Amino acid sequence: MLDKVVFYFFAGLAVISAILVVTRRNAVHSAIFLITALLATAGIFLQLRAEFLFIVQIILYVGGIMVLFIFVIMLVNLDVALHQVQFNRQWFVASVLALVLAAQVFFIFYAAQRSEPGRDTLGLPPAVAGRLTPNTELVGQTLFRNYMVPFEIASILLLVAMIGAVVMAKRRV
Amino acid sequence: MIPTSHYLFLSLALFTIGVVGVLTRRNVIIILMSIELILNAVNINLVAFSRMLGSVDGQIFAIFIITDAAAEAAVGLGIIIAFFRNRETVLADEMDILKW
Repeated sequence: MLDKVVFYFFAGLAVISAILVVTRRNAVHSAIFLITALLATAGIFLQLRAEFLFIVQIILYVGGIMVLFIFVIMLVNLDVALHQVQFNRQWFVASVLALVLAAQVFFIFYAAQRSEPGRDTLGLPPAVAGRLTPNTELVGQTLFRNYMVPFEIASILLLVAMIGAVVMAKRRV
Repeated sequence: MIPTSHYLFLSLALFTIGVVGVLTRRNVIIILMSIELILNAVNINLVAFSRMLGSVDGQIFAIFIITDAAAEAAVGLGIIIAFFRNRETVLADEMDILKW
């Protein structure tokens, strides 16, 4: 019961703040609502028993990436952009096409409906309980045993991104 | 216990909102924020399937996606700063130097 309350609370919070992110005029308000959406996603990770990702989501997204976003919003001129038209000319066609995409995926979900006992509406089996319990420990072991090479490649990617960002934002190259 | 399909529907909703944001907004910073929303929707799917299968691999993929999001945000915001210094605008449809 508590599980359901937590899930639907965070799901509703995530969807509402996501809608506000794309509709607000002021970029700072969008950033604040994006922080709410990311925190709600972190809550859903916690509800899914992914404690390590919950912490990573808060520290990295909310503490790192969003601070960067707000820095850049403050650096670029806010007042000029505030009085301009916020949506481009093809906004109606684009929204309709995005909704058509959502309807297609929804239809795929609908077509996958099966009524087997013990399965949910999409015919997916129920979750295996208790297999991910020492979560951080399991993530660490898998990351450093099975995914060692991708981990190192990710570190090189971060190094390249760091150098690229510094070079890009420098005044004179 | 919440069935896995509910996580898929939540992820679909967040993904669609992100796509609408990318396609309709003019402010490049808000377009980048919408991309972050899309990446989050994918992460919810990965973690939900990770719990459904009882395997931790989906969470590892989510960690890699968060890494990519950090790299993308750093480089993208660097590009925005460099562009703003040259053209004094953050609107996507005024970025037309390459148009001939």
